[in-house]
Order: sequence, then structure tokens, then C-alpha cells
Amino acid sequence: MSAQQTSLPDADAPMDTQRRTALIATCAVGGAGVIAAAAPFVMSFSPSERAKAAGAPVEFDVSTVPPGEMRKTEWRGKPIWILHRTPEMLQQLAAEVDRLADPESQRTAYPTPAYALKDPNLRSIKPEYLVVIGICTHLGCSPSGPFPAGSSPQLGADPGFVCPCHGSTFDLAGRVFKNKPAPDNLEVPPYKYVSDTVVVIGDDSKTG
Amino acid sequence: MALHETQYKGLLGWFDARMPSAMGAFRTHMSEYYAPKNFNFWYFFGSLALVVLVIQIVTGIFLVMHYKPDAAQAFASVEYIMREVPGGWFIRYMHSTGASFFFIVVYLHMFRGLLYGSYRAPRELVWIFGCVIFLCLMGEAFFGYLLPWGQMSYWGAQVIVNLFSAIPLIGPDLSLFIRGDYVVGDATLNRFFAFHACAIPLVLLGLVVAHVFALHDVGSNNPDGVEIKEQKGKDGRPLDGIPFHPYYSVHDVMGLGVFFILFFAVLFLAPEMGGYFLEWNNFIPADPLQTPLHIAPVWYFTPYYSILRAITSDFMIWLALGVVALAVLIYFSVSRRTIGAAVLALALVAAVLMKMPGIAFDPKLWGVILMGGSVLVFFALPWLDLAPNKSMRYRPGWHLGLLCAFAVVFLVMGYLGTLPPTPVRTGFAQIGTLLYFAFFLLMPWWSRMGSFKPVPSRVTFAAH
Repeated sequence: MSAQQTSLPDADAPMDTQRRTALIATCAVGGAGVIAAAAPFVMSFSPSERAKAAGAPVEFDVSTVPPGEMRKTEWRGKPIWILHRTPEMLQQLAAEVDRLADPESQRTAYPTPAYALKDPNLRSIKPEYLVVIGICTHLGCSPSGPFPAGSSPQLGADPGFVCPCHGSTFDLAGRVFKNKPAPDNLEVPPYKYVSDTVVVIGDDSKTG
Repeated sequence: MALHETQYKGLLGWFDARMPSAMGAFRTHMSEYYAPKNFNFWYFFGSLALVVLVIQIVTGIFLVMHYKPDAAQAFASVEYIMREVPGGWFIRYMHSTGASFFFIVVYLHMFRGLLYGSYRAPRELVWIFGCVIFLCLMGEAFFGYLLPWGQMSYWGAQVIVNLFSAIPLIGPDLSLFIRGDYVVGDATLNRFFAFHACAIPLVLLGLVVAHVFALHDVGSNNPDGVEIKEQKGKDGRPLDGIPFHPYYSVHDVMGLGVFFILFFAVLFLAPEMGGYFLEWNNFIPADPLQTPLHIAPVWYFTPYYSILRAITSDFMIWLALGVVALAVLIYFSVSRRTIGAAVLALALVAAVLMKMPGIAFDPKLWGVILMGGSVLVFFALPWLDLAPNKSMRYRPGWHLGLLCAFAVVFLVMGYLGTLPPTPVRTGFAQIGTLLYFAFFLLMPWWSRMGSFKPVPSRVTFAAH
């Protein structure tokens, strides 16, 4: 081999087509490899088996709630409110409609399941028991309440809940009042009755 | 407005007009860094080491998302990562396989240095930075190994921290200080976690930058040991140089592909590597009351562990004789008698400290000193090697033979370090220790012996 220097290719000349093909093929295979290698890292952000197990459905016996009162339980780290509504409270719900932002629960951000909308004024499977997630749909604080009618200046004559963080108010079906920071009604979790008095929160499948 | 002139167009041009040092760095270190065109197989390992460092850092970040650095939760959190975190097993195995491959790559990278005299002037500083990186890497591996909190993690840490207790006077207090407790415990785990996940990675990144910058400032060596900057063309570029980008950047990507085949073959098919990469005892949670029957450090520490264990009281006399013999050799070799006399005096002091009853240090302490010395001796290589030629290619064949013998001794000592000691094995380890140190400490003499071949002015390169 003679000791002459091999010249470097001219940077402006068009690239040899075979070389281009080889480069593209290599990049494609390499890219596939990068995606394959990155997949487990991205996946590792997802909830682990332990987190999923901790997020399993929760049972609650609604007969433990006296009329007019509310009990709380927890599902997936969030407070779940079970409010036992009296007949007077139920009558009130239809009268407030013109003060509500979304009385028919038509917004799609937190869609209300169809089984809870048989009567849009009630937003529950059984009329007496309201089951909602007690997290304000504005920025996530847990509202205080339930306040009886006339007991809270922020609610005026209506009974309901008041969020302490930015003042959003909700009625006894979890519906948000007009002109408040929160845009949506309180979220109804997936739930179903497995017996006359026991609900399972976190599971609304027809079977099992 | 003082925008810089730029040769680039579009968005790159906008950026370059405002921060020309970015593309300046690209030109200095990649597209206009002229590397010798005759790099061979041994020249892949530097870029591979950098890639493995990145792999360890990225997988480390994702592991820290799920790991709990608490003695009560650490072991369980590793099992949680392996079994419950989606893709967690893959990330953990990448990290453990990466640790072992880091050492394989670094040992081969260092061997290249020995083959071609990469540590010789003007690259002594590159070599020194590299040796410091090696020390940091060993520390990083040691601290990281405690984190799974298995039996081997615990007792390995216990043993190594107790090495410091061998230091006279301050030893036991120093060990207490390092541990943060009377035995290796939660305090130790938390601080080792801080060192492993934060402190040493930062130091390593800085050192790697220094290592590469020091190299780029003087230019790379090559298998012929020819300084390519001595033969420049009319354009001022070395005749035997090619721009690192795109030639070696693409070349190294190919090397990376081969590396990944081996790496992922191990990861998917044999991540424990028969107990060498993930030791069996580490699948048992740490038990401070029960040491496993058979303790060994991880495979990459075993050669040094062999040296540590080989220093027994019977061996001290041979060491003392060796030190005195070396001092006598130095005395008759140096021109200034005063230096020779000083060395001889120091050697006699050392011999007394090795052998005289009552005054001598324990063999335990000498074991620690020699184990440390076996790593530190690498720093001295640029000044031990006095051969007229850099590369083994132009040296007498038996020089390469000696180097290969050293490599064999290193591997044998490594193997012996994985086994429980017996009198025969300890004997072999002692011979190995003497040969190991002889290779380095006699180098000023043997590296000048023999008939050397003439070094060409241009590299030997055949187009392929």
C-alpha cells in the first residue's frame, strides 16, 4: 500500500445511492432498537402492581349512614362521599336548576355514568344515597359540608357543599352552581350495588 | 449588535451567531479533530466506556424512582422493582449488567494503553485522569453494591470498611466515622446512596470531560506509536489523520452495535452470569448476625482481593527481601549516589516495618497497603516505562510476552480471588503478587532491554 493520503470526499457532491440506502436502513433498524430499549423506561412510569392493587374497588355499607348525614370512605386515595338524602333534600334538588351551571350533567370532562343519570336531578343509582368523589373540580381541594339550607352565606338559601380553597359551591347532588371557579359537577365514581345495602366503588361492571 | 459571523444557515446559523462556542466545540472535538486512521479493535473501548457511563446514569435515575434507601425497605424495594414495576426487571438488569460490562470495557481500554504506550509523553495527564477515573469507578461500584442490602452487600461493605481499621492509631475511629455507626447499618446505607447516586457520578462526569479534553489537546496515539502531528500536509492537517466525525463516529456506532449484541445477550439470557454478575448470596436479605460461608467481592475486584489475602505472616520475609533487592538494584542504577543511598535507607526501614518482631506492622496492614499499591502503581507507568518506542509493535517480541504474562497473572489472580483460600491457592496468589509488582517495578530495566525495531514516520495502514 503506497503512503499517499486518501482524499476525503467532496462535501457538496451528491451521496452515492447505495451508501444512502445503507445509511437509511441502518438508521431505521437503529431507531427500532432505540424505541425497543426505551419502552421499559417509559412503561416504568405506569402504576406498578402494588399501586394497582391499592387502587382496587372498595366496599361500603350504606345502611350505616343515618338520614341527612354523610360518611366518607377512600378509593384510590380520594375521599368518596356517601350522603343519605332525606325526602326534603330530594325535593330541593329540582328547584335549584336555574342556579346550576350544568343541571343535566352534560359536560364531558368528568362524564357522569348513564346509570346515575336516570334522574338528572339526583345523579345516583338509588335516590336516597348520593355517591360522589369529594374533590372539587376546580383545582382539587376537598369541599366542606354538607351545609343545611341557609346555614352558609356562600350557598345562600340552598343546602350544599362549599370548597374552602376558591369558594366553589355544589348542591346535594354534587352539581356545581353558576359563576363559580369550578366548571364541572362533582365526579360520580364507577359504582354498583352488590346487595340492597352494600355498594362497591371502583367497579361498575354488570357481571361479578 | 455584536453577532458573530457564521458559516451555518438557518436555525443553526442563528444559534451559532449567538453561541459560536457550541459549534466550535463540535469542530474541535469531532469534525475537525484529526485522529490517526489506523485505529484497530482496541480503540473501541473508550467510546464504549462513555456509552456505558450514560447507560448507568439513565438506568440509575429510573431505579431511584422506585428504590428505597432505608435498611428496612431496601431489599424489598429491589424485589418490587424486579416484580411489580412495569419494565422494572429490564431497567435493573441493564444497571447490573452495565456495572460488570463497565469494568470489562475499562480493563480492555487500559490494556490498549499498555499495548501501545498511550500513557507516554505527552499523554501522561490523560493517563492520570484515567487512573483517577478508575479509582472513582471502583468506589462507585463499591458504594452501589451495598444498596440492594443483600447478604453479600452487607458483609462486603463490612469487610471493606474494616480495611480502614487496619490503619495504625486512627483506624477504628476512621471506620466508625465512615460507617456512621458501630456496624454497617441504615446510616451507612443512606450515605453510600448519596455517594453512589449523586456525588461520584458528578465527579466521574467531570473527570471524563477532563480525560477527553486532555487527550484532544495533544491528539490520540495509535497502534504504531507514531505521532501523526509530525507529518502535516500543506493544509496543516496531519497526513495520517482523518476527522473523527464522520469516520470514527460512525465506526464507533458499529462497535456499539456489536457491544449491544453481547450486552443484551447477557441481559436477557444470563443476567446473573452464574453468580458472577449478581451473586447468589445477594438474593438473601442482609443478616448482621450471620456471615455467608463463602464471601467474595464482585468479580472485577477479585485480582486485588487476591493480593490482599496473599499477604500472610510467612510471606512477609519474601516481601522484605524483594524490597531490599529492588533498592539494591536502584542503588547500582542511579548516577547520583545520594539518591541511591536514600532509596536503600527507605527500603531498609520498610523491611524493618515488614519483618522485625515488635515493630513490624501486621500482615493485615501490609495487605491493605499492597492492595492499594497494586492500583496506585498504574499512576507511575509513564515514568516506569523507559523504552525508546511507545508501541509493542516495534519492541522486542518478549516485551509483548511479558505484557501478556502480566494479563494472565491478573486473570489468574482474579480467578483465585473468587475461591476460598487454601494453602496451595494462597501460594499461587503470593507468586502472582510478586510477579504483578515485578512487572511494574522492574519495568525501568526490562523496558530498555532487547533490540528495538525502527519506528516508521508514517502509520501502517491498509485500506479495507
